[in-house]
Amino acid sequence: MIEFFKNLFAPSTSSSTAKERLRLVLMTDHISLAPEMIEQLKRDLVDVISRYVEVDRQKIDVSFEQQDHALAMLANIPILSIGRPVAPTSVANVPASPVLHAANAGAPLPKRKRRRRASTAQASTT
Amino acid sequence: MHEPVQPLHSDVSETPATPRGRAIVITSGKGGVGKTTTTANIGHALARRGVRVALVDADIGLRNLDLVLGLEQRVRFHVLDVLEEKVELEDALIADKYSPTLYLLAAAQAREKDEVDEVKMKALIDRLRELFDYVIIDSPAGIEQGFKNAVIGAQEAIVVCTPEVSAVRDVDRVVGLLGNAFRPQLIVNRLRPQLVKKGKMLSVEDVNAILRLPLLGVIADEPEIIVSTNKGMPIALQDEGATSAAYRAIAARLAGEDIPAPTVEMKDSFMDRLGSFFGGRR
Repeated sequence: MIEFFKNLFAPSTSSSTAKERLRLVLMTDHISLAPEMIEQLKRDLVDVISRYVEVDRQKIDVSFEQQDHALAMLANIPILSIGRPVAPTSVANVPASPVLHAANAGAPLPKRKRRRRASTAQASTT
Repeated sequence: MHEPVQPLHSDVSETPATPRGRAIVITSGKGGVGKTTTTANIGHALARRGVRVALVDADIGLRNLDLVLGLEQRVRFHVLDVLEEKVELEDALIADKYSPTLYLLAAAQAREKDEVDEVKMKALIDRLRELFDYVIIDSPAGIEQGFKNAVIGAQEAIVVCTPEVSAVRDVDRVVGLLGNAFRPQLIVNRLRPQLVKKGKMLSVEDVNAILRLPLLGVIADEPEIIVSTNKGMPIALQDEGATSAAYRAIAARLAGEDIPAPTVEMKDSFMDRLGSFFGGRR
């Protein structure tokens, strides 16, 4: 009972601070130990985003940094054009839906205006 | 000065398929967490069980295990003398003063750890495994060549961690370097139950929630351990006391006995709780 009230009113202890700091630092340690995992994450991330917008695969930057109470993943992904890209090169690993295929089967591909001035999306996950 | 070491089995030299002893490296990454004290005490606790134990000080250039064991006066040859074939292994093994089945192979003092040949080191540990049931290797701090030399001949690892953020991080790194092949087991050393209770120190559970290793033992931070090191008489030699019992429990677990999980006594009076309820810095 006393423990309950103690936990209710007490400020966090230094051991819980230690625990939290360790949790975060080890997450960063482990991520930095596995560069191949970061590469895979980048590829998967781009594949998902490419379903919606066309992105510049060459200029993607994914990094991790410690923010107030969490490890943050910062992804800097230049967007080449808004709107669902159709060209299979930009959706390498995403299977096109059969409906889309049927619709585009006979028709010539629409001419795409490429906005070369890339806008930037910054995602932050906690 | 030293007694000749008889092979464990008389037919060692003839049959290569002789049952071999276990080589266990004691390591931590971080320095000053109590690797050497742990090695000395596990050595005595195992020897007390009647098995033959060799302790190898792999901290080349910073010899200390001899001092903790109280054998510093008996060191004539060291591990590099054996590796460089200046002396026979049997001549370099120092018989312990107190435990008749315990032997020490001292580290070289005025030498560099880079002078150790990894291949020869592994061959030396293999040879010791033919003579002893347990070969316990005291690793230096760090993760560079000295660590590699200490690990090369071992099949198992014990990691020593104090309840501090820096020690936990380093153990995490070392366990990553060792990999699963060594089946590392954890000893939480220098635990202060009163501080844990007040939330001022990481608990064993906190430490192992991060490391997730089989818990081999917990050693509380007792002044008696310092006194025993001062005297060169490891605390595991004592018949009474919680600390020596804790080391004996570690030895029993190593030997495969199924004994209850390690705990440390946490005296917790009502006044203690009342006191911490009303304040105190955390």
